[in-house]
Amino acid sequence: MGRPMFMNCNRAVIEAAILSGCRFFSGYPITPATEALEQASHRMAAMGGVFLQGESELSVINMLMGAASIGVRCMTATSGAGFALMQEALSHMAGIVELPCVILNVSRGGPGFGNLTPTQGDYRIATRGGGPGDYRCLVFGPSTVQEAVDTTKLAFALADKYRIPAIVLSDQMLAETSEAFDLGEPLAEAPVDKWWATTGCKGRTAVYLGRAQADLSPRAEYGGALLTPNLLGLEGGGESFESHMLRLVEKFRRIEAAEVRTETLYLDDADLVVVAFGTSARLIRPAIEEARARGLRVGLIRPITLWPFPSRLLAETATHVSEFLVVEMSLGQLVDDVRLAVLGQAPVRLFSTLGGVIPRPETVLPEIERLLSVVPSRA
Amino acid sequence: MATAKAHGTIDVDEERCKGCDLCVHFCPPKVLRLSGRRNSLNHRVVELWDAARCTGCEICAHVCPDMAIVAVYREVVRA
Amino acid sequence: MEQVFRQPTSAALETTYEFCAGCGHGTSLRLVSEVIDELGLREETIGVLGVGCYSTNPVLFDFDCQFALHGRAPAMATAVKRLLPDRLVFTLQGDGDLTAIGTTEIVHAATRGERFTTIMLNNSGYGETGGQMAPTTVIGQRTPSTPRGRDVAMDGHPTRMTQMLALLDGATYVARVALNTPVNIARAKRAIRRAFEVQRTGQGFSMVEVLTACPSGWRLSTLEAMKWMEEVQMKTYPLGDLKVPA
Repeated sequence: MGRPMFMNCNRAVIEAAILSGCRFFSGYPITPATEALEQASHRMAAMGGVFLQGESELSVINMLMGAASIGVRCMTATSGAGFALMQEALSHMAGIVELPCVILNVSRGGPGFGNLTPTQGDYRIATRGGGPGDYRCLVFGPSTVQEAVDTTKLAFALADKYRIPAIVLSDQMLAETSEAFDLGEPLAEAPVDKWWATTGCKGRTAVYLGRAQADLSPRAEYGGALLTPNLLGLEGGGESFESHMLRLVEKFRRIEAAEVRTETLYLDDADLVVVAFGTSARLIRPAIEEARARGLRVGLIRPITLWPFPSRLLAETATHVSEFLVVEMSLGQLVDDVRLAVLGQAPVRLFSTLGGVIPRPETVLPEIERLLSVVPSRA
Repeated sequence: MATAKAHGTIDVDEERCKGCDLCVHFCPPKVLRLSGRRNSLNHRVVELWDAARCTGCEICAHVCPDMAIVAVYREVVRA
Repeated sequence: MEQVFRQPTSAALETTYEFCAGCGHGTSLRLVSEVIDELGLREETIGVLGVGCYSTNPVLFDFDCQFALHGRAPAMATAVKRLLPDRLVFTLQGDGDLTAIGTTEIVHAATRGERFTTIMLNNSGYGETGGQMAPTTVIGQRTPSTPRGRDVAMDGHPTRMTQMLALLDGATYVARVALNTPVNIARAKRAIRRAFEVQRTGQGFSMVEVLTACPSGWRLSTLEAMKWMEEVQMKTYPLGDLKVPA
């Protein structure tokens, strides 16, 4: 019982969002994400939701914060320069208020204003966060339009389940790709109790969401972090800021334990493992298949969740392979996480493309061959 | 000719009072003053020192920034 | 004797305000609570609070509140009111929050005619950080960041944000009030009530600017602060209705 569709990736993500119950979209026109805004502009109202163009990405992300605060599933679509403007609010939503929302970040060649070419240079800002303090957001790196649809549905479900923002990290090339996909059914989800949603206190205690202080009315419940007593270094009633942070850390650990998603190929006998995500992984897959056809023992680890990161898989794989080759469209961001996970157990090489240049099978395959010609087989 | 006189009184939550002087200043019959008493935050607290002349006009409660005037009472006696 | 004044139930009373003595924020919060009580809307109200003493000191509303980042309350309130149009939604923002970092959000919310109410507490400075110059600091006013007094050549002119917003088609009711005398406090309460009533009719954006004393920030006693408000601040910020419903 499928729902076959053929659509541009940006538009497909909106369809997946609507299927997942998203009923608020705010956005700002920015190439190459604008089709998502346009799709939402006519589909959201048709589904009984609210579409609103914001006056800047700063306003947009704060509108999302408002919508999320009343328990409505919400999203926006933007690109690097716009995503940069959203960092303070994302940090606040992830680390203080714990609010769900979904952000489609269609990376375009940065840095700065950038240009309209494919890139994976937003990996770090998405997974590390550009806002202040310690926090995490879910980050997905889809490779195909189908996967963008599937990870969008998963993003809404997990964002609500864990009270955390989710980023779907696309790029200009994927965004401009139109292909067939199956929209499918809504994900089966356990019901989520949004007791903290500030919809009006009829029949219950009032909720203060987002910034609570000591000595507030015992008649209120606090849906966020205690700040003020800790601003002044005082002991406060209720949860301290330290215990709030420890609770967040524990939540991040639970997500890391349960929600990693990866695709792996040929790991059983690989001497060299290629690590790539998103468009890079898709572009170089023929190189891996061609290498295999030539008898080269190469494998692939393709993270689908960029956070939580497949650290455990990489550490375990490092014990029985000779080398890793990270392929990414940036000066080297994913490679840092791979090196951290591998922890020196095997060398980690980088094949980096910059300035809109994409990795191609004809450029990556020679590198695979070269590396495998010099590494000892562990067989 | 019928005349009416208003009598009133107030309840003060001394722990909320900060001795800011606004009610003292704006009280029309001038029946409020800062007392010698201090609350646990060391603010001098206000007191109604001449209850007989309080008219229950509520002005003290309206100007108080701290909701320290928790109640105002009034009766109007027609002559 | 009959009890003629009681504290509003929309104000939670178990805890004490931590505002400075004589600060106008406490009075403003109480007036808002009184109006919400009188309109019977406590259970349908959602407050969106900006960043300032009014939101980082204990907030004494007994209804749902969200806390916005600096300047962004109108963006949050826009989403909330669009999604829950039958609730009473208001933003509570200081002058720094609204006229400095929040200019974009308030101008666009008012331009679009978003149907929430904004209450701006104007004490002509950034009270929470110690009283530094804000766009609403008046010429000649000495603050920690204008030690020789605000000077037009160096620091520019004060803003009249409320006047600007009143020019917009989307703004339905815009008023400026003050809390320096009992009469003005009564007028302030009436303006807040009118603004909430305008919201209930769904006509458009409503706003009340409340001149509030900041004795600590102004380095004045409470009574001196009221005098300064009357003799100096109100010259730049005259009171009255700037726009009324057609």
